[in-house]
Amino acid sequence: MLQVISLQLENKPGALMRVTGLLTQRGYNIESLTVARTLDPLLSRMTIVVDVDSLQRSQVIKQMNKLINVLQATDLTESPAVIRELVLLRIRTTQENRTAVLKEAEIFGGRVVDSSTEGYAIEVTGDPEKLGEFVDVMSSYGEVDVTRSGALAIALDSKKLKLQPPIPTKTLVG
Amino acid sequence: MSTLMSGARMLAECLAREGVDCIFGYPGGVTLPFYDVLYEHQVRHVLVRHEENAAFAAEGYARATGKVGVCCATSGPGATNLTTGLVDAMMDSIPIVALTGQVTSKLIGTDAFQEADTFGITRPCTKHNFLVKKFDEIPQAIHEAFYIAASGRPGPVLVDITKDALQGQGHYVPVTSIHLPGYKVFTEGHTGQIRRAFQLISESERPLVYSGGGVVLANAAPELREFVKLTGIPTVNTLMGLGSLASDDPNYISMPGMHGSYAANMALTNADLLIALGVRFDDRVTGRLAAFAPHAKVIHVDIDPAEVGKNRNPDVPIVGDVKRVLTKLNKLIAEGPAPEEKLAAKRRAWQHQIGEWKAEHPYDRSTSDSEIKPQHLMTEIDRLSGGQAIVTSDVGQHQMWGAQLIRFNEPRLWINSGGLGSMGFGLPSAIGAQFARPDKLVFSICGDGGFQMSIPELATIASHALPIKMIVMNNGFLGMVRQWQTLFYNHRLSSVVLDCFPDAEKLAGAYGIKGRTIEKPWELASALEEAVKEPGPYLLNVKVTPLENVYPMVPAGGAINEMVLGQPEPAVVG
Repeated sequence: MLQVISLQLENKPGALMRVTGLLTQRGYNIESLTVARTLDPLLSRMTIVVDVDSLQRSQVIKQMNKLINVLQATDLTESPAVIRELVLLRIRTTQENRTAVLKEAEIFGGRVVDSSTEGYAIEVTGDPEKLGEFVDVMSSYGEVDVTRSGALAIALDSKKLKLQPPIPTKTLVG
Repeated sequence: MSTLMSGARMLAECLAREGVDCIFGYPGGVTLPFYDVLYEHQVRHVLVRHEENAAFAAEGYARATGKVGVCCATSGPGATNLTTGLVDAMMDSIPIVALTGQVTSKLIGTDAFQEADTFGITRPCTKHNFLVKKFDEIPQAIHEAFYIAASGRPGPVLVDITKDALQGQGHYVPVTSIHLPGYKVFTEGHTGQIRRAFQLISESERPLVYSGGGVVLANAAPELREFVKLTGIPTVNTLMGLGSLASDDPNYISMPGMHGSYAANMALTNADLLIALGVRFDDRVTGRLAAFAPHAKVIHVDIDPAEVGKNRNPDVPIVGDVKRVLTKLNKLIAEGPAPEEKLAAKRRAWQHQIGEWKAEHPYDRSTSDSEIKPQHLMTEIDRLSGGQAIVTSDVGQHQMWGAQLIRFNEPRLWINSGGLGSMGFGLPSAIGAQFARPDKLVFSICGDGGFQMSIPELATIASHALPIKMIVMNNGFLGMVRQWQTLFYNHRLSSVVLDCFPDAEKLAGAYGIKGRTIEKPWELASALEEAVKEPGPYLLNVKVTPLENVYPMVPAGGAINEMVLGQPEPAVVG
């Protein structure tokens, strides 16, 4: 089943590879992955949707939390969270369908970001499932080209991020 | 305070600061600046003959002492050759730091000479790794590497350093602190859970301690011994935990698992409580998981949260350093009441039952009048060691017979590749162990297969006159594979015959080492004594019964109480 994992990690080369490596070495397919900087430029926030054997879900989270660069990995699959995705869609449409396309886009809360004689470019954000329907509807009006951002998630109950304090090197030796 | 120096010198300074006294390595193009510094530096470099053996030697050093072992290799092939040793250390949680050279930062990604993506290749082979492209990042990376390697659940850490970083000149400012905001180490153990563990222990009628490599790594053998002394609970040590409870301790049963003893496996199967300490419920111990310790509640103490509940859901999970957890548990037990007579009687019956199992099917120590049986060889090594020598082992039948029949009365004496099962480990790990413990008698036992993977290291042993007693258990086969082919592949012995082994006397002699081959049982005791008396290294090639199999044996995927106790039918060579 699909698991939604939210991670906060250090914004460092290789950090992404460590996280994805944990999944690929177990043969799990990543459905989507987004990563970007947080308010703190030294940190990134990542959302992964991945097809994980249900018995292995907590093991995967534990393994991620063990990664040195990962500050916190959380399973959002069944906890209160908002999950959103962005779709950019380009549609070629006939003159007579232009109004209908705009109306349909409006129903999904879409916004036209480019308009030409050939058609429109439209952006929509929403629940990933809803966006699937949007793409289906648009496809019925003409040829579409679609880019999806992958799911972005934020937990609704705030978990305080606990950072480990610096360690003086004096205590390291001996 | 700062001094102008090269990145390579900073590296050496940081190693010295970490208390490194020797590193095992092999130089090459991009590590030249570092080797130039080592030319006159307090950190001693031991030149091995293959990078894989540098990693194994570093492991031997770490396993014998608990200190971080260090190995070093150049870029490209040097680094890729290290990887088996890195994975080996990963599987057995051995703290080592590997230093590799990388091509100049501007050349990375250009398919430069001896370039390989070491950082990428070793990501899954290490606990953590670093790619350092600037000289001023070296000190931070090195101190972080040592800290990560040794703390929490130990493991290998690799630092890949570009040639220009080694050459770069700048002010060296000693690092005063490291910051790893996401690196969590759980040491104390939950007080409430420790209390619950205490409760379960004081109610159990048939308790059993199942103690593993984690107890060795945590230097918790004294606490384990105290626990066993206080409670009188029978104990099994896993392959990785041998010696944490002395083999001679009256409460010690022996090793459990695929080639464990009848008594150990029966005790696991019949216990009502497992006190699992620093173990990971490995498949070689548990056999079929569903049938493993089916009547037992489980207390699982491990420093790695991901191990707790990974293979078996414990009734009492305790994430913490087993040394500290045992200290707290021991205090509770020492202060608590002695078990009531009714329970004490049941405990005595349990101990008695285990004693009966031990007597029913002890390990096979049989000898023969005409041949040297492998069990005879291990029994003789045991006699000379008296539970006190370091024994490094390669992988295969000799490893299992060694683990069964040689006693270890202290931890860190039995050094073997447990998780990864890397052939070629036995000899180089002995080099590391002997450097770490020059005071100790070190046996290195190998099969004729594994020994031939390590022959080049005879040069390292000779050039440092390391007094390692190299014992080859020579049965002319890749014995363990042959055993499986015999038992599970209808005796079809495919590619397991080692029909050529060099003349040991000539081979050793070519390196200026004493060597001898024996094949008669009456030669064995005196030949081993002669090897031990020899002040330098000694190669003893012992021709043993060719077709002997290791028993007991739990077939892969079987329940551990369903052991094959002996040879089912005469084996034939096909």
